[in-house]
This record gives sequence, C-alpha cells and structure tokens, in this order.
Amino acid sequence: MIKDITIGQYFPGNSFVHELDARIKILISFLFIITLFFIDSFVPYLFVLGFILLVVKVSDVPIKFIVKGLKPLMYIIVFTFFINVFLTPGTVLFQFGFLKVTEEGLYQAIFMALRLVFLVAGTSILTLTTSPISLTDGIEKLLSPFRKIGVPAHELAMMMTIALRFIPTLLEETDKIMKAQMARGADFESGNIINRGKALVPLLVPLFINAFRRAEELAIAMEARCYRGGDNRTRLNELKIDKKDIVTLVLVIGFFGIIIAMRYI
Amino acid sequence: MENMISINNLDFSYNEEDKGVKVIDNLNISVKKGEFLVILGHNGSGKSTLAKLINGLLTPTSGDILVENMNTKNPEEIWNIREKAGMVFQNPDNQLVATIVEEDVAFGPENLGVPSEEIRKRVDKALELVEMSKYKKHAPHLLSGGQKQRIAIAGILAMEPDCIIFDEPTAMLDPTGRNEVMKTIETLNKKEEKTIVLITHFMDEAVKADRVIVMEKGRIVLEGTPREVFSQVDTIKSLGLDVPQVTELAHELIKEGYDIRPDILTIEELVDAI
Amino acid sequence: MNIKLEKLSYIYNPETPFEKKALDEIDIEIDKNEFIGVIGHTGSGKSTFVQHLNGLIKPTSGKLTIDGKDITDKETKLTEVRQKVGLVFQYPEYQLFEETIYKDIAFGPENLKLDKDEVHRRVKKSMGLVGLDFEKMKDRSPFELSGGQKRRVAIAGVLAMEPKVLVLDEPTAGLDPSGRDEILEQIDRLYKEGNITIILVSHSMEDVAKLAGRVVVFSGGKIMFDGETREAFKHSKKLEELNLGVPQITKFMQKLKEKNIPVRDDVLTVEEAKIEVLKYLRGKAND
Repeated sequence: MIKDITIGQYFPGNSFVHELDARIKILISFLFIITLFFIDSFVPYLFVLGFILLVVKVSDVPIKFIVKGLKPLMYIIVFTFFINVFLTPGTVLFQFGFLKVTEEGLYQAIFMALRLVFLVAGTSILTLTTSPISLTDGIEKLLSPFRKIGVPAHELAMMMTIALRFIPTLLEETDKIMKAQMARGADFESGNIINRGKALVPLLVPLFINAFRRAEELAIAMEARCYRGGDNRTRLNELKIDKKDIVTLVLVIGFFGIIIAMRYI
Repeated sequence: MENMISINNLDFSYNEEDKGVKVIDNLNISVKKGEFLVILGHNGSGKSTLAKLINGLLTPTSGDILVENMNTKNPEEIWNIREKAGMVFQNPDNQLVATIVEEDVAFGPENLGVPSEEIRKRVDKALELVEMSKYKKHAPHLLSGGQKQRIAIAGILAMEPDCIIFDEPTAMLDPTGRNEVMKTIETLNKKEEKTIVLITHFMDEAVKADRVIVMEKGRIVLEGTPREVFSQVDTIKSLGLDVPQVTELAHELIKEGYDIRPDILTIEELVDAI
Repeated sequence: MNIKLEKLSYIYNPETPFEKKALDEIDIEIDKNEFIGVIGHTGSGKSTFVQHLNGLIKPTSGKLTIDGKDITDKETKLTEVRQKVGLVFQYPEYQLFEETIYKDIAFGPENLKLDKDEVHRRVKKSMGLVGLDFEKMKDRSPFELSGGQKRRVAIAGVLAMEPKVLVLDEPTAGLDPSGRDEILEQIDRLYKEGNITIILVSHSMEDVAKLAGRVVVFSGGKIMFDGETREAFKHSKKLEELNLGVPQITKFMQKLKEKNIPVRDDVLTVEEAKIEVLKYLRGKAND
C-alpha cells in the first residue's frame, strides 16, 4: 500500500557517524559526489567501495537498509545499463538482430551502473544517520553565508522540515480518499492513460483542497507559537563542530584527493 | 483577584463593509487568574472567533481585549501576549511542525530566542507534565490523536504561558483521547495553576469548570457555575446543546411534580435524590 | 442481502517488523434489514472490519461471502459488491471534489454507467433523504456549505449508489450536538423507510443505544460481544473493562437497581428511564 513508502528515512543511533556534525556530513556527501564523477577507471572504485563499507560498518546501519534504498532506483540503474550496453559504438562482441553489444558498451554500462549504485548508497548513508532536523539545520547553516545574495536559507530549511513532517500525513490521506472514491465506484486501476488521468481528478482535487486547509491551519498555529521567521531563533540542539569533526573532514578530503589524483597518474 | 483577560465591549465582524453581521456582539468577559472557564456554544456561535481574538490572531472591530493588561491591538505587545496566553487548536495534525516530538515541543521557545540549555529544561518538563516523556524521540504521525494533542499542549507549555486557550481540543478525538486531554487540562489548572479558557461543545467537559459561559450569535446567553447553567435544561436544549442525561431526567421528573434538586450533574446525585 | 465472515483474519504489513494483526479469526453474519452498532476503540479492528465489507481490503485468511458469493473469488466483480455495500468514511466531507453538489452526488451513479434520467432520479432522491432541498442546493458549490451540510452531501453521494447495506464510520465525529442529532435522525428515518441494512460504527454509546437493535463490540481484533443492544449494555462492568462504558442513563438505572430499587436495568434512553422511574415513584407514593 501507498503508506509503506518511506522517504528520507532516518535510522536512529549514536555511532561515530551519527554523532558527526550535520554540516560536515553534508559537505562530505557533496565531495563524495564530485569525487565519483572524477573517477574514470575501476581501480578507484575499489577505494570507493571500501570507503562506503567502512562508513556503513562504523555507522551500525544494517546493510539491508542501504540495499532497500537502492530498490526504488533499480529501474533507472537497469535502464542506464541497457542504454549504455546497446548504444555505445565500438568493437562488437555479439549481436541480437539490430542490437549490438560492444566491448566498450559493456565496460561503459558496468561503469555507469556502479557509479549510480555508489552515488545512491553513499548519499543514503547521510539521510540514514542524520535526523531530518539536523539535516535541515545543517543546510540552513551551510547556506546562511549566501543569505546576503538573497538565498532564503532559513525559509528553505523550514519548508523542508514541514514537508518531511507532512509527507506521511498526506500519504495516509491519499490512501483514505482513494478508498472513499473506490467505494463510490471509482476505478483507478484500469483503462488507458487518458482515462486513468481523468480518474485522478476525484483524488487530486480533495487532496489539494485539504492540503491548503492544513497549510492555513498550520500557519495560524505557528503564528500562535510566536513564529516570526528565522531571526533571533535559538535551537534545542545547536550544531557544534568539534575536533573530531575537523579531523574527519581533513582525512576524508585527503582520501578523496588520492582517488581523484589516480585519474591523472 | 487580578484579571488574566479582560474583554470590554468587544465587537467583531469578518468583513469591513458588512458590519451588520457581527460574529461577536458587544461582549464583556473577565477571566480571573487561575480560573477554569468553559465557553460553550454550537458551531457558528462565535466561540472560535473569540479564541483567535484573545490570542491576537484577529483584531477587534471595536472594543478591547487585554491580556495581563496588554492590549491585543498593540502590535508591539502581540508576541508577549502570545507568550503569556498560549493556544491549542482542534486538529492535532495541523499544529505540529517538526518530525520529532521533542523538536516540536521546542518550536515555541526557539521562536522566543530562549537559550538551548533552558529550552532543554522546558521541553523535558513540559513533556513530563503531559506524561509523554517516553515518546520524546518518536515521530508525531505514529502517535494516537490524544497523544498528538498532548504534544501540542506540551509545545504551548514550553513557552511558559500563564493562560492557555483551548479551541475545541477534543472535537476530533475518540473517547480515550478525550479523557487523556481533559485529564491533562485539569492537571494544568489545579497543579500548575494555569488559567484555562476551554472552548467546546461537549457539555460533559464543562462539568469540572469553575464557570461556564454559553454563547449564541456572539453574545452571552447563560453564565454561571456548571450547576446554575445546566439547571436551565430547556434554554440549553433550545440552543442546540446537550445536558447530561441524568440532568435531563431530573428535569423531566421535576416537570411531573416531583421534588428534586434542579442542579443535578452526576449519577450519584440523582440516585441520592431518588 | 446476507454478509458472512468466517474465520476472517487480516494482518497489516505481514512479514515486516511493523506486522500487526488487525482482525483475528472473526465470525459474524449480517442479515438483511438489520441495524447494527459497531463499537470499539481506535485500533480495535472495527475500521478494518468495515473496509472488508465492500472489498476495499481483502482478508489475509478466512472467507467473506456476500449473498453467497466469495469476494476473494476472481469471478466476483468488486464494483458490484461496492454498489451493494455503501461505505461512508470518517469525515466524508473531505472527499468532495466537484463544482456543484449535483455533480458530486452523481459521481457514484455515473461510475455505475447508469443513464442520465436514472442518475438524475437518484441524485434528487438522495438529496431528499439527507434533507437537502434539491432545487435550491443542486447548483451550489459543496465547498461553501457548513461542515454539517457538507457531510450530508457526502452521505448523499453514497446513498445515490442505492446500496442494500450502508456502513457509516463515525458519521457524527466533530459535529456539534444539533448537527449530530440531524444526521442521526436522517439515518434513523432511512432505516425505517425499509429495505436497507445499516451498520453504524460509533464511539458514542448514547447514539448506538438510541438507534441500533444489535451491537457488536470489537477489542484487540476480536469480537467480544455480539447480540441485542439491551443485552449488551447490561454488561456494563465488562464494557468498562474494555474502556467503553455504557450510556450515562443506563448506568444510572443500574445503580438504582443495586440499591434494591425495583427498576429495569436495561434502559437505553432518557424517555424509557423516565417511565420506569415514574412507575417506581408512583408506586412508592401509593404505599
């Protein structure tokens, strides 16, 4: 059922990775993505794999959670794989009708698929080990230097918090409205694309109306709780960068540097 | 005793042009410090509008509302008013902001700029008062309606208000949730000495109040202790409200000429009377 | 119309850490023209139970037959089942979506592919059943109505399916006493007009006592009691153990009886109690 979808899930714990400052973790994830795109051969991938396994081990997050995070993206990964296999020109290995599999294509396909897997696995460690609140706080703090040029750092973070808070509520509501319309004979499951699209109207209209009503009520409730933007707000858990955060960041930058350097050696 | 809230000659209509339709019509109420006041009325009687006016979420068309001598019309004092007179709303889902219980409770004091260590203390204390400490690391959407509403109450308590206004806090809850919330409200009034203004249409919630006001068309139609108010069975029923079933039975028996107290509220009292 | 559940169980999220048994080997039979009150806590399984009745969820194990047809059978058309068993969810006003009241109520009959005249007839009839003036209201937007009126439009939308069984999940939740009384009166009238089974899910013992002839009590996914309403509320101690209680007036009469005052202890409404107490008081005066 639709309720079972989990987004941005957090795996509570108090490992070394959990305790790292959110800003450091966001920075590391960001650097990780950049590093991935610098890699052009398989050997550095071994280093990346080693890095991911090490972090997972230290974080105490069961490996199956990482695998679960990959599942929804399986289609994209498989799709990318086949696009690369069939559409890369080069030495033909074998051929089915008009579809040619080339040596370069196979190499490229495996390479790209691995890149995607590492990308998703690496970033999912960030969301699994950082509570949504620290995550949004971290983003707010990292973006705050850009406030001078008009980046609404606090507002963005607040929007993310509220979105995360209301996603389960709205999913539950979708489920309920869907059932209610099905009880009135609505059919969401058959027909062509146009009919299916039309069938969504009785679901989407109430969903939007309810979402607006919730938004209005929430805005009033927030105002009653003295919310007046980000200025002068304090936090229950202030983010604190200490020695271990700095050391971790420096070590990781060094490690990523080595991986990037392998491209040029 | 000092007044927590004074409402003087209050008029309110939603539309500037349409002053004919007054939602609140020349209302005068004072709420004493430490009082437990219940405002009863059916939907559309103006009671929820009144709640929003007290909290400064709406501004009077004419007349004044003073909360601890601060006027809700004064924009400079509005945040102090909201800090002193917190407000809990009907739908528990639509007043929780954060994805973790304790972070949500912290939202109010965070807005007030309270230092971290102090917020921590307030959050822990507030959660203890509503008996939800066990759930402080939980996600609110997995809690029951009554539990969510108690989290909302904790969120207000963490701002350390003197007065809490409840706008139909139990309307969307099941009986268990209603009991939990009513028990919490009573504790806050009796043990924490918070002034309580409870707006509701459930008559059984009014039984424990110090004073009951019944509203209709933005005006006060009945006022007094729960006993005084509920003995007016016919008036209350004509306003589309309930009285306890035993009060109704007592009233019927009086009509038949039997000598029974008109202000019966509980089963035991009626058993004794018969 | 006969609905029969045999050893029906339902498990949410089976084989995951969130596994939860919502219904545990339920046996119940519902005959035509019954008025059944379903009571129980949030989480007692009563909502899962009613969603089974029109095939919105399917049993994990056990059997559910409607007029002898097994609903898990591939041959059974669920649209047919849903037409026979109408389900009004909690806060049904939040499902309204059309521009006019007419169109919203017509949504169900149109899904049944009925012709225009029949749709028109049904919309008109259902609006009458819930006490909405057809000519005055049909072209108005459902969104500008009061909460109680919106709810009646939503109920009319289900009635327009002309179900043989109408299931209402907490139809009075969130309404004020007069809104509640209006809806309950309409449900009562609908039932008395005949040829319909009504299943009323409610937290309010008073409402169930006033209307239902049979009460089914759910707790922990099991049926704890199933029988006549008067019989059910005699077990006030047992119901209180389940945190459910009985109407205040019933409890009052039971207290009187405990004091050896000779009155009936299965009274359900204030009117009945008045007759009983008067009988006793008059008898006492004559002694």
